[in-house]
Amino acid sequence: MTARTEDKAPARAVTRGTVVIDIDRCKGCELCIPACPPQVLTMSTEGNSLGYLYPILEPGCTGCTACLQVCPDFVFEIYRYDDPIDETTATEETIR
Amino acid sequence: MRAIDTSLPPQRPATKTAEFKPSLLLKEDHHLCAGCGEPVAIRLILEVIEELELTQNNVCILGHGCYGSFIMLMDVDSTLCLHGRAPAVATGMKRMRPGVAIWTLQGDGDMTSEGLAEIMQTAARGEDVTCFMLNNGVFGDTGGQMTASSVIGQRTKNTIEGRDAGYHGNPIQLAEILSQMPGAGYVARGSVHNAASINATRKMIRKAFQRPMDGHGLALMEILTMCPTGWFVPPGEGAEYMMESLGKVYGLGELKDAGAASDDDSDD
Repeated sequence: MTARTEDKAPARAVTRGTVVIDIDRCKGCELCIPACPPQVLTMSTEGNSLGYLYPILEPGCTGCTACLQVCPDFVFEIYRYDDPIDETTATEETIR
Repeated sequence: MRAIDTSLPPQRPATKTAEFKPSLLLKEDHHLCAGCGEPVAIRLILEVIEELELTQNNVCILGHGCYGSFIMLMDVDSTLCLHGRAPAVATGMKRMRPGVAIWTLQGDGDMTSEGLAEIMQTAARGEDVTCFMLNNGVFGDTGGQMTASSVIGQRTKNTIEGRDAGYHGNPIQLAEILSQMPGAGYVARGSVHNAASINATRKMIRKAFQRPMDGHGLALMEILTMCPTGWFVPPGEGAEYMMESLGKVYGLGELKDAGAASDDDSDD
């Protein structure tokens, strides 16, 4: 999985929520990218099974549901962690 | 930057706060284009129906447009009627079943171009029905032709140089017209171009269902929706384009609320 990272705001220090993304139903409209308040969604550089680019999540999600609300294709499901993840100590292997 | 695997639910203790789709939608898959605003508006309507506990007590009457494909997806009683005639069909249903929330789902082409007489007469009679107009300024279903609500300068399939007032006429601002009619109890215009507007629109949709049920007359809930395919713009630019074109003519907010004085809706 690769993502475009230019012009990105710095990731938030705490991840309070997360999303499940059904990437194979995504049509790549990109409406979720500017909708995300902490700016932790970026578009992929590779297509899904339909050939569309799709959103990729980076650390810092707050579980606010803005992406779900603007998504015309219902590809987001939102979770909020019982205990937030401290991203300053998180590693590549941190359990999601 | 660390990309997170979002293919499965999290393993850490977490609470699911929102599902993929509203429970009144049978499945997520639909055939509308990328960046379309109509599924977003339909999600809002279905969520409000559930919030107001109208799940077993509502009937949807659909006009003709892209949204019509949702008749097979929405888990509500529904029927499809002739172009623009949804408010007339709604009138009959409401008169036979006055305790049921009757709502129409129409586009701007269906309501202002094909069925202007029906919505005007229904409003004049003060029928207690809710009429939703998903306004994108084009006949999206047939490829993006001009409707009566296309704004001046708007480029459509048959106004390639932009809608010209002298040649094509001026847009019909239906919500403003209905807000002057005594039979219309609630008239509002929302939008689905960003999360803040979606939340504001959700509150308006609640009132659009409540006011007719309280006997205040017809509710017209217009919702500006994106149609990037019909506007010839990339899907990601649809929201911005909409507010630069339709948004400048069709102001957002409540135009009329006959039930405001008796409003005990504590979450507003």
